[in-house]
Amino acid sequence: MFAIIMGCGRVGARLANLLADQGHEVTVLDVNSQAFWRLGPDFRGATMLGNGIDVDVLRRAGIERADSFAATTQGDNRNIMASQIAKHIFNVPKVVTRIYDPIRQDTYADLGLETVSPTVLGAAALLDVITSQGAGKD
Amino acid sequence: MYAIVAGGGKVGYYLAKELVEQGHEVLVIERDGKQCAIIQEDLGDIVMQGDAAEASVLAEAGTARADVIVSVTGDDEDNLVISQVAKKRFQVPRAIARINNPKNEQIFRMLGIDATVSSTEVILGVLEQELPAHAIVPLLRLRHADVAVVETVLDEQAPVVGRPLRDLNLPAECTIPLIIRGGAPLFPSPDTRLSAGDEIIALTTTRGEARLRDLLWAPR
Repeated sequence: MFAIIMGCGRVGARLANLLADQGHEVTVLDVNSQAFWRLGPDFRGATMLGNGIDVDVLRRAGIERADSFAATTQGDNRNIMASQIAKHIFNVPKVVTRIYDPIRQDTYADLGLETVSPTVLGAAALLDVITSQGAGKD
Repeated sequence: MYAIVAGGGKVGYYLAKELVEQGHEVLVIERDGKQCAIIQEDLGDIVMQGDAAEASVLAEAGTARADVIVSVTGDDEDNLVISQVAKKRFQVPRAIARINNPKNEQIFRMLGIDATVSSTEVILGVLEQELPAHAIVPLLRLRHADVAVVETVLDEQAPVVGRPLRDLNLPAECTIPLIIRGGAPLFPSPDTRLSAGDEIIALTTTRGEARLRDLLWAPR
């Protein structure tokens, strides 16, 4: 599988390494070349400097033959726009979008994007820990 | 008309000002508090501080009863999301977005935005008008119908000069309803003879545009 990941933050870099370690071909995009250090010295994929909401950049990254696309930048709107380009313009089969804002996540889930909200997942995980330990003072 | 203007920078500010002067109900949504204060001082109580891409902010702004939302922030991705959320979640009938990268125009259209305005493209169009290279310059594009109003100016070298319009054998997807000659409009008939200096205004599809260029400029 060939995957393009937009945004080389903590999540993007970790996802890129997980995929590469599984033997997949990976290209990571970021607007800041300094961000690529997060991938570590053993990263087996490719990196490319550029903005994922620019169709020319996406083409150069090879989006026309990509099997999957993940948008993991800090900006919800950037992720949403890039994902819609990947899905609707380039027909990438699997597209996933990180959206922090739960309301926006709802809207775009309705519009057919596959979304992941760290806000929702994170809060649920924390809630789980707090309520399931049966601890606290009686 | 109730118009929501997302983004209170220079474009948003002057747009809101004009709309208010025309008697429309206007609300500007702007993230930056300082900018909000400036707008409030100059234009009155027509500004709300917040992120227009947030559904809760749009709800508070009464977006559900808005006739149009105009997104004019400096970032294409923000303008796209604001327009989409307004249209899909609040059923605003018309969304107009400013774009910076002209290549995004096609993307915005495919993603359901009614109209886009690109200052980059406008400036490019003016530049092209200044160029003598037999250009066919688009004046207005009606995207949803793939039709454009285009203009080209004939010079002495144009092979069609001196010939009647009917000789052009225009294709069905293209028509010439207007010629500007010596600064005056002329509504041509098939017998109208073309002269050097004529500004030809044509209505054409995208395909017809290339045919028109060939017909007007290709040597015969």
